[in-house]
Amino acid sequence: MDFDRSRFVDRELLDPARVMEGAHGGYGRSHGGIHVENGTDNSLDFLKNPVDLGTSIMAVAFKGGVILGADSRTSTGVYIANRVSDKVTSVDEKIYVCRSGSAADTQAISDYVTYYLDMHRTQYGKPPKVQTAASYFRELCYHNKNNLTAGIIVAGWDAAKGGQVFSIPVGGALLERPYAIGGSGSTYIYGFCDAYFKPGMTREQCEEFVAKALSHAMARDGSSGGVIRMAIIDENGVERKFIPGNKLPYGPL
Amino acid sequence: MSSIGTGYDQSTTTFSPDGRVFQVEYAMKAVDNSSTAIGIRCKDGIAMAVDKPVISKMLVEGSNRRILNVDKHSGMCVSGLQADARQIVNHARDEAASYLDFNGGPIPGSVLCDRVAGLMHAYTLYWYVRPFGASVLIANYAEDSPELYAVEPSGLSYRYLATAIGKGKNAAKSALEKLDLSTLSCREAVMECAKILYMGHDPSKDKPIELELSWVCDETNRMHQLVPPQLKIEAEEAAKAARAAMDE
Repeated sequence: MDFDRSRFVDRELLDPARVMEGAHGGYGRSHGGIHVENGTDNSLDFLKNPVDLGTSIMAVAFKGGVILGADSRTSTGVYIANRVSDKVTSVDEKIYVCRSGSAADTQAISDYVTYYLDMHRTQYGKPPKVQTAASYFRELCYHNKNNLTAGIIVAGWDAAKGGQVFSIPVGGALLERPYAIGGSGSTYIYGFCDAYFKPGMTREQCEEFVAKALSHAMARDGSSGGVIRMAIIDENGVERKFIPGNKLPYGPL
Repeated sequence: MSSIGTGYDQSTTTFSPDGRVFQVEYAMKAVDNSSTAIGIRCKDGIAMAVDKPVISKMLVEGSNRRILNVDKHSGMCVSGLQADARQIVNHARDEAASYLDFNGGPIPGSVLCDRVAGLMHAYTLYWYVRPFGASVLIANYAEDSPELYAVEPSGLSYRYLATAIGKGKNAAKSALEKLDLSTLSCREAVMECAKILYMGHDPSKDKPIELELSWVCDETNRMHQLVPPQLKIEAEEAAKAARAAMDE
């Protein structure tokens, strides 16, 4: 088989440490990929970075339910560890979260909350409220703030208050919102959301709002990308949706 | 009670041969010797009432409260040894506060009742403590419908539409059974509570009493509180009139 070192795929196979080096010298060299002076090779250092969800996530409540959406990029430094990851995670039947920050931290926190909500359900004999789930997340994020990097959006449906969205940014505040955006990509779409979010949108309008907002975030943010994953939750249950990377509704409205 | 005097009634950690724990039964006696407490659950809330003997003319009115707030939306009415009851109320307050803090919502009545019952039951299990000499009524009206519970010194708990504990509980219970709870409003229930307590009080024979009346209902915005002074006066007037009519 022939290998062509000018092709990314082939460089990855032949010399994984130098994948980012183009034919004309790229990332590795300009960042001092090989330190001749002390004889250490730092070119793989980015793999020692924590696995991060440099992310675009959002959730919007509509009448009778809620929509969560996220991109699918998981990075380790500049390396995309997973291009189709699912950052919309279930913690209860009708309560989901969008995770941003450290993948390890947010997974662990979500596992704890899943456990707490299970206990809550068995002890009190009815499905937990979204407020309760959000409160558990806040408890964990606030009390362990020095050891965590986690920005979480909790959203779901309960019989008491319908669709709800709670945002728990880094630091552990708990904010109830009509909609919430988060992750590194969200900084690019504050203007978009300010301009195009309207209270009282229908489910379809909300779906479109989420898809467009995330597409624009993913286009501008280097650490967001891939596909869009969504979860739409209402009284009847959860519907998962997926928009492939080549069908993102990016562009003029 | 053939086992009495044989030593089986000295400790909660020893069963009598016929399977009873006498200390717990004695604790319930402490409640049966104490003032009557009533709770009525209506569609729109819960009313609770208790009579207190006025032990001295110099006693400040409203002291030694027997109805206490546990949380914004829940209250307790106690009968039995007041010092014991205060420990139960303090525990209930802690439970309510920690539930709110952790879960981000008010404690449901069933949970509060379970926690209080658990505490009272724990005090029947160990040689180094004695059971609480008090029963409590718990009124709770938060996110669910209004709920009334009673917890006994044994740690048993019950959910009631209406119930009474204390000295006059039997007479009070039969009076409560005559009420139509499906139509009664909380305001009317307050009046009924006062009436029933005065029915069991003979002014010529018994010591003077002071009433405590509380409610948690839609009218109070689901907050547990003592009834307003005006309503209390009305209720007591009506109760005294009913009592006088009974004597004639």
